[in-house]
Amino acid sequence: MKELLKNFYPKFLWGGSSGKGPLYQHMFNYSRLWRSAVMLTALSAILPLLAITWFDYNVTRKAVESDTMSRTSRTVSNTKRTISGFLLERKSALDFIVHDNTFEELIDPARLEKILENLQKSFGGISDIGVIDATGRQIAYVGPYSLTDKNYSGQEWFRQVVDRGIYISEVFLGFRNVPHLVIAISHELPNGSFYILRTAIDTDQLNDQMTTLELGAQGNAFIINTQGELQIPARHHEKTFEKIAIPIPPFSPSTETLDYHDPYEGDFIIGYAYVPDTPFILMIAKNKNELMKSWHKTRVEILIFLSVGILIVMVGVIGFATFFVNNIYIADQRRIKTLHQVEYSNKLASIGRLAAGVAHEINNPLAIINEKSGLIKDIFQFSDKYAKDEKLTGLVDAIHNSVARCGAITKQLLSFARHMDVSFQPVKLETIIRDVIGFLGKEAEYRNIHITIDVAKNIPDFESDRGKLQQVFLNLFNNSFAAMTEGGNLNVAASLMKDDRVRLTVADNGCGIPEKDLKKIFEPFFSTRTRTGGTGLGLSITYSLIQEIGGAIEVSSTPGVGTRFVITLPLHAKNIKEKPHAHTPG
Amino acid sequence: MRILLVDDEEEFVATLAERLSLRGITADWVTNAHDAENLVNTQHYDLAVLDVKMPKVGGRELKKILEKKQPGIKTIYLTGHGSEEDYQAGSAEAEFYLMKPININDLIRKINDALDRKAQGGGS
Repeated sequence: MKELLKNFYPKFLWGGSSGKGPLYQHMFNYSRLWRSAVMLTALSAILPLLAITWFDYNVTRKAVESDTMSRTSRTVSNTKRTISGFLLERKSALDFIVHDNTFEELIDPARLEKILENLQKSFGGISDIGVIDATGRQIAYVGPYSLTDKNYSGQEWFRQVVDRGIYISEVFLGFRNVPHLVIAISHELPNGSFYILRTAIDTDQLNDQMTTLELGAQGNAFIINTQGELQIPARHHEKTFEKIAIPIPPFSPSTETLDYHDPYEGDFIIGYAYVPDTPFILMIAKNKNELMKSWHKTRVEILIFLSVGILIVMVGVIGFATFFVNNIYIADQRRIKTLHQVEYSNKLASIGRLAAGVAHEINNPLAIINEKSGLIKDIFQFSDKYAKDEKLTGLVDAIHNSVARCGAITKQLLSFARHMDVSFQPVKLETIIRDVIGFLGKEAEYRNIHITIDVAKNIPDFESDRGKLQQVFLNLFNNSFAAMTEGGNLNVAASLMKDDRVRLTVADNGCGIPEKDLKKIFEPFFSTRTRTGGTGLGLSITYSLIQEIGGAIEVSSTPGVGTRFVITLPLHAKNIKEKPHAHTPG
Repeated sequence: MRILLVDDEEEFVATLAERLSLRGITADWVTNAHDAENLVNTQHYDLAVLDVKMPKVGGRELKKILEKKQPGIKTIYLTGHGSEEDYQAGSAEAEFYLMKPININDLIRKINDALDRKAQGGGS
């Protein structure tokens, strides 16, 4: 689990560019790669999510709005039918009366009074009834006022009844100062003339009908006339005959709805209907915010869904981008390390070949000098004349010794180069150590560095890779030399361990390695000597080489006191599979 | 005992021959394989000291030619080069392999060893 989580740690952000050195610098910008991956993936995931949410948001909003509108519309239609029914009932009652009674019976005050009494019993709220002849004169009247003989011929309502057979008035106060309306119908007489039956109805019953409507806390219902004057008291504030603030809606034969914005009370949905054959317009206003409450809840849910969706997408996208860029980064690091190793090994191999070439070229003239000086010495030894001349023989011996020294150096160089590319073979540890130390002998002499080699005699020859061991020792000794000042001590010791392993220590009394650097010294490209030509690869390659030959390396160091590398090597190579490794010189 | 020295470095091979003759070993010398072949046609040699690396025909090739002409002839290789090839060739018969610059006493010891072996093994 921990290993898995490690893959999501953005190492590339702190790892710098893909490598050091001019060849590898700015090969990849991992931060930019990561940013692009996150951006493109997030866009391709979030844009469709936004589009779907936007679409759903609008569809849901429209559906809720349309539902609200249709509910308002239904309420208006039902209420319109109730009002129409209320008026139609009373009109039908009048129709029944004119058909059930003759004109003569109706103008009989006693009969008319009986009819009014019956009407009041049946419907209530009917205050008077009168019969008006074709001339407009009220010939019979029962009610609280003395309106008999009043002439209505000049009045508008009289003309409308004559024209249309029925008339329903707007609400008015009249002499009683009580809001009421008038219904009048005309009836033809057998002689071709006609008369009108007219009655006044109180609007209290209509009020009751309106107050039973379910309109919500801020909802309102009005009945207005075509001038916008209230015909019955509305729920909030307005009194009868007050003009309402809402503009009068245009005429429509069916029920309609519209949006209305009130600067003080906000948005309203208004449903209205013109009540047929009356001067009334029924209006129901409902507060939009109240109606859209369910929508607001849905809207919050949609927004939460969107936010959670975006959050999940972003976490996923960032996680996966980090995982993949990390893997690319790690793979690149490995590749570059290998490239560096190849480069380093090639360099070492080239040096080896160059040294071998030089040694060979020097060897031939050296062999001639050797033979010539040998011959001089031979001549001296075989001649009586010079045999006793010690100075001459001494000079020849000096030449001979110098040639032998040169010969030793060239042999060592040739031997070193020869073993550069050899894999597993029996090796003699002490010889390899001494071979490598041989190269540093002169430097040690100049810098007065004291080298001690203590290899236990019981270490047998063992199977290992001589070339790799040479590289390992060369790297370690070079590092020690770099860390030491004049008069330093380099101690190389090897002993046999109980478990068939060889333990080798390389200890110096150089400047040491600070604690914080100690963990990183085997990492590639870590170097404190970059300014003085260090590649930061020596110890990293040393580490890889030792692993390849089945060994292990550890380091301990105290700044100012010195550094000790401990290498353990297996005596038997049978368990080591040589990895295909790119350090073979090309 | 008569030995043949073949090395492309005339100064080296001539001096070496002189030094050997001072020590009672008769040594003829040539600087290439062609001359060596001619010499072998007319003269018997117990042993040949051959430089491994020579122009045209190298020591190891020359050894085969000489063995054909004079079966049982012993060979000692000299080399101034540390190549793996040379090393492998020398390793096969380690005691007959010397690296330049050589020590004359080492060479004489090897010559004697080789000839002793020849006497014991009947030219194996």
